Amino acid sequence: MINFDEEIPIYLQIMDFIKKEVVKGKLKGGDKLPSVRELAEMLKVNPNTVQKAYQELEREGITYTLRGIGSFVTQDGKKIEELKKKMAEDVLERFCKDMRDLGFSDEDIIALLQGYLKEVK
Amino acid sequence: MEILKISNLYKDYGKKLTLKNINLSFNLGEIVGLYGPNGSGKTTFLKIVAGLLKPSKGKVLVDGKEVGVYSKSIISYLPDRNIFPLWMKIKDTYKFYRDFFDFDDKKFKNLLDFFSLKEDLSLKALSKGDMEKLLLSLSLSRKAKIYLLDEPLSGIDPSTRDKIITSILKNYHEESLMIIATHLINEIETIADRTIFLYQGEIALDENTEKIREQKKISINELFKSMF
Repeated sequence: MINFDEEIPIYLQIMDFIKKEVVKGKLKGGDKLPSVRELAEMLKVNPNTVQKAYQELEREGITYTLRGIGSFVTQDGKKIEELKKKMAEDVLERFCKDMRDLGFSDEDIIALLQGYLKEVK
Repeated sequence: MEILKISNLYKDYGKKLTLKNINLSFNLGEIVGLYGPNGSGKTTFLKIVAGLLKPSKGKVLVDGKEVGVYSKSIISYLPDRNIFPLWMKIKDTYKFYRDFFDFDDKKFKNLLDFFSLKEDLSLKALSKGDMEKLLLSLSLSRKAKIYLLDEPLSGIDPSTRDKIITSILKNYHEESLMIIATHLINEIETIADRTIFLYQGEIALDENTEKIREQKKISINELFKSMF
């Protein structure tokens, strides 16, 4: 399900995984997340680590918790849009940085990206 | 809530000092990875907490009480090797464990099913891996406050290790402390929220696992290799 990179805190990777599911629309506003225990067993990680990921997701406003019932994806469409934008920016930032490190100019980057997109459609 | 406190613990076998000045405190809800090279004192440490060995010096308090009848009643210990005579069948072994009032028959049957072990099998017929699965099933079927698992993954192939880790997580509960001693760090490091390194009988590291990743940007396995 997730191939963990053990050099990065696991809770960050769990947060990232859930955010991606939200951005992809696999988890929709109002959907219930698996319980901490269920997800811990599924991912084979410590329940406290899942708990921490859930806490941080709530702090970022991506989920909300109903006491005794569980965690749910926010119903705030604007928040989900924001998240989409943020995740796209992160990918673009990495991509552009790598390309610039390789010595490509911004014009080159755009041309190469267009060519690549045409090729793979 | 503190469930286990070790202060100023020493253990020597004759001239050889196996544990030196160990000071540790553990809370309910923790899963602890206890790592160290062979001979670093992991098994000795667990045996002292389990009440199977006496410390040479120092104090062990289990739920506020010294090691004895009460501590043994709330500690489930998985030894690093088989403790049953080989003429026994699986169903005989759990008759022993049923003497522990916290033994849960149903849980045990579920675990046997999960590991595809049949009650009528004789211990002689078990492979090393199956023996480990049986011993682990027995240990996890107690509703204990402290679980001490000594090398639960040794001699077990990678696909079965996954099953064992799942069974540990399934049976872990928040009102318990679990200490897992192993040298197979990368198998355990995602389920242990606390990491302790034991080296030549001393605590070389004791830290929250995620904090290590956060600060050192390194896996526990790599950190271990870099230190010893």
